[in-house]
Parts: sequence; structure tokens; C-alpha cells
Amino acid sequence: MKRVINIEPNQSLRWFLILVPFVATIVAYMLASDARLDANAQDKLLPSLSTIGNTIYRLAFVADPRTNQYLLWVDTFASLSRLLPALVISVAIGLVVGVVIGLVPTARAIFGPFMDVISFVPPLSLLPILFIAMGLGETTKILLLVIGITPFLIRTMAMRVGDLPREQLIKAQSLGGSSWLIARKIVVPQLLPHLLDAARLSIGPALLFLIAAEAIASEVGLGYRIFLVRRYLAMDVIIPYVVWITFLAFVMDAALAMLQRVLFPWFQGAR
Amino acid sequence: MKIELENLCKHFGETKVLENISLTIEEGEFVALIGPSGCGKTTLLRILMSEEKASYGRILLDGKELPEEPDRDRGVVFQKYSVFPHRTALQNVLLADEFQKAPIFGTLFGAKRRSAINKAEEILQSVGLGHACGKYPHQLSGGMQQRLAIAQAIASKPRVLLLDEPFGALDAHVKQEVHALVRKLWRDVALTIVLVTHDVSEAESLATRIISIGGHGGEKDRPSGISGDTYLSSDPTPNGEVVVAPSGYLHSLQALSN
Repeated sequence: MKRVINIEPNQSLRWFLILVPFVATIVAYMLASDARLDANAQDKLLPSLSTIGNTIYRLAFVADPRTNQYLLWVDTFASLSRLLPALVISVAIGLVVGVVIGLVPTARAIFGPFMDVISFVPPLSLLPILFIAMGLGETTKILLLVIGITPFLIRTMAMRVGDLPREQLIKAQSLGGSSWLIARKIVVPQLLPHLLDAARLSIGPALLFLIAAEAIASEVGLGYRIFLVRRYLAMDVIIPYVVWITFLAFVMDAALAMLQRVLFPWFQGAR
Repeated sequence: MKIELENLCKHFGETKVLENISLTIEEGEFVALIGPSGCGKTTLLRILMSEEKASYGRILLDGKELPEEPDRDRGVVFQKYSVFPHRTALQNVLLADEFQKAPIFGTLFGAKRRSAINKAEEILQSVGLGHACGKYPHQLSGGMQQRLAIAQAIASKPRVLLLDEPFGALDAHVKQEVHALVRKLWRDVALTIVLVTHDVSEAESLATRIISIGGHGGEKDRPSGISGDTYLSSDPTPNGEVVVAPSGYLHSLQALSN
């Protein structure tokens, strides 16, 4: 008998195994939903898949009679136009500040410990301050996301700079590189693939802050809708919205992973 | 470039790593520093590279104080991590020119770029990597990576080349090839080379002079000084210290000079 750690599923079995937990989850839901609806046809907690399907159709392809808008797309657009700018801003700040802290000892002395402390301020606890100071607009929501994920990105980038072999920095100096050019030609290019990894890991926390901000102060957005229809126990809306948010996050994650492979062909080999 | 060390000491806290090293390396010499691991030979090289600071004593390069930072006069090849994994072989060699000729953007354009690429390709040819210009370091074998590291180092025209166990991780036959390359470059480019190695036969087959550091019979807490200094010629040794010259040394060195 082979050891478990040596048993590799072949290609077709692998696909089957990948599908198993997904199918099992859906089947389990259907069984539970059927059981509850049998007991009470008015049950709202676990709506049937056909009810959910109808709701999805209504949200995505039928204009809302009151606002004349296709709610799913309007919400998605609103949420993404908060999430994506916030991610871009955070990643840019994380790269620049992280490289400076990681590479320049004086900057590390000034900002390193400060960042270590700052990164433990719970961003949600700052939300009331942001609302008071900046109002309830879009800026506040984007700012919350930026505050939420930037410290992580800065610290990760600074640590990755520290992981570069000292030999590289010495060699670069012996070739006549200035601090600026060493950052630009040696450090930043090697950090970019790590930056994409860090951005992938930030999507989860970013969504947390996004939904929190939308739940508290918003008129449109995926998180707003979920918290709005919660009052009517509209699980047929909440469940597809949750699945949709998850799917969007998964696509972003996969896109970043692909981007990393395409843009930095040396990266996997150099690991 | 002439290198003079005067009463050089290096302490790490209580530990004395190097003690009273005095030594003159003439322009064009190929010096091997040998000794057991932990004897301080790598520390000495790092001091020569301005990566570490000596605790006492001083170093003169052509009569001037050793600069506080690494610079273009002193090229270096390490055992590992000497090349940049995110750049192709050509881009690795190009880096010296980009650093020097494009101080703001670090990127060359037009005629400057073409001439820099031509030069880099020539250098890669000369180390036998003409066919591998577009490959990333991880696509090269260990020996090819070290040849690339050497090519990259000489591209900035250093006057001293510091080699820190650069052949340590190579197979025997690959080592021979790279040895031959280093000897050839040393003759062609008229470099001063300081090689750190723990391999006596390597030192014998490459260097014109072997300096052994430490070798105090493994006594603890005893700092390393120079314990032997073998010349191709019959120059006196610094500080009148013991000359360690096993029968093989002079013989093989003389054979090399023929």
C-alpha cells in the first residue's frame, strides 16, 4: 500500500475531485431547502433553486419598477468602482512606501516601528471618525478600504525587500548603481510579482471593509443590497448576491495570478 | 590596482576574527586567500568590498583610503545570488552600462542602447554564453550562472575583481572550465584578482600567490592572522611570518607561469 502522501490523482480523477465539494454543497442545500419547504411552503430561509433563479432573472434582466434600473448590475458597478480604485491606490502606496522602508535604513528607523503599530488599529473602528471628518460620500468608503489594506501591503513589501539576498545589493553597487537606480532596476522589478500576490491576499479584507462601509452608509452597492433586503428575510436575493461577490473575488484573484505568470516569466523559476 | 592592508583587525563583539593583517597586493597579482571555514577570509574580502568595516587598521587602494561604499573599481562574484533573476543574461550584463550612462531612468535608448547591447553580447561571447543572451538565470546551469556573474562583473571594467568562493557549488569538470575562463580574463584584462577559497588545489592552479589565513591548529578564541604567504617569486613575506610552502605549491605555481 502506497503512502497517502504519494498517491497522486490522475488528470480526469482530479477534475472529478475538484467538482465533488461544489456539487455536494449544492445538493446539500437542495435537500435542506426541500425539507423546509415541505414543512412550510411559505418558508423564506432556504428558498428553492428555482425561486433563486427567478430572483436572479428579475435582478439582472428586469428593470426595477421604482428606479428603472437593473439592480444587480448597478450594485456591481457601484461596488467595483469603490473596490478597484481602493485596491489600485493601496497597492501603489504599499509598493512605494514598502520599498522605501525596506531599502532605506533611515526611513526604516522612522517609519518601520510606526507602521508596525499603526497596522494594528482596527480600520472599522476608524469608520465613525471618517464619517464625521469626511461625510458619508464615496471618498469615505474608498478611504476605509485603503486604510484597511495598505498597512498590510506596506509591511509585506518591506519584508520582501529584506528577503532579497544582500549579495544582490552589493553587486548592484559594485556595478555603479545609485540608490535610486538600485530601487528602480533591482528591487522594484523583483517586488512586483510579490506585490500581485499581496494584492490577491488583500481582496478578502478589502471586501470585508467594502461591505461594512456599504451596509452602514450607502444607497447602492452589493453590500448595501444585502443589508437592505435582510429586513424582509429575502434570502433569494442575499444568497445569489453572496455567491456573486464570491465569484467576482475569485475572478479577480485568478486574473492577478495569471497576470503574474504572463508578466514575470522568470518568477516561478527563480523561486 | 595596488591594495595595501596595514594592521587590519576585525572584531565582532568579543570575537576577534582578524588580527593584525598587513599585506601588500601589487597591481596585476592573482592572490588566493585560503584557510579553513571561519578563519575570516570571507570577512577580509567583505572588508575589501566595503561591505564590512575594519575595527582597526587601514586599507589603501593605489595609496588612497578604501571608499566607504562598494564602487565600480571593485567588481565581485559571490558563490550564489550574484546575478539578478529577473533579468536575462544580456540584461544582466547590460546593467553596468545602464547604471553608468542612464543615471535617471536606468534605460538606454537608440544608438547608445545598440552599442551597449553589442558590447554586452561581445562580453557574453567571451565567457562562452553567446548563445544564451535571452535566457533567464534559472534557465542556466550553475557553471553558466557563474560565468554570467563574471561577465556582468567585468562589464563595468573594475580594476580589482573580488571572488568569494565563486566555484564552491560547481561540479569538478565545470570548475575546470570556469577556472580556465578566469585565468584567461585575468591575463587579457590585466585585473588584480583576490580569490577566497577553502580549496588548496584550486588556489594552486589559479593564483600567482597564496596567502593562508588562520591555521592556528584549531585553538579557540585565537584570532586569525596571516599564517603563510607563498609567492611565485621569492619576495619576503609581510611581517616575517612563517612561510607555509608545502612541496606542491611552488612547483605547481611555477608550472603555471611557464
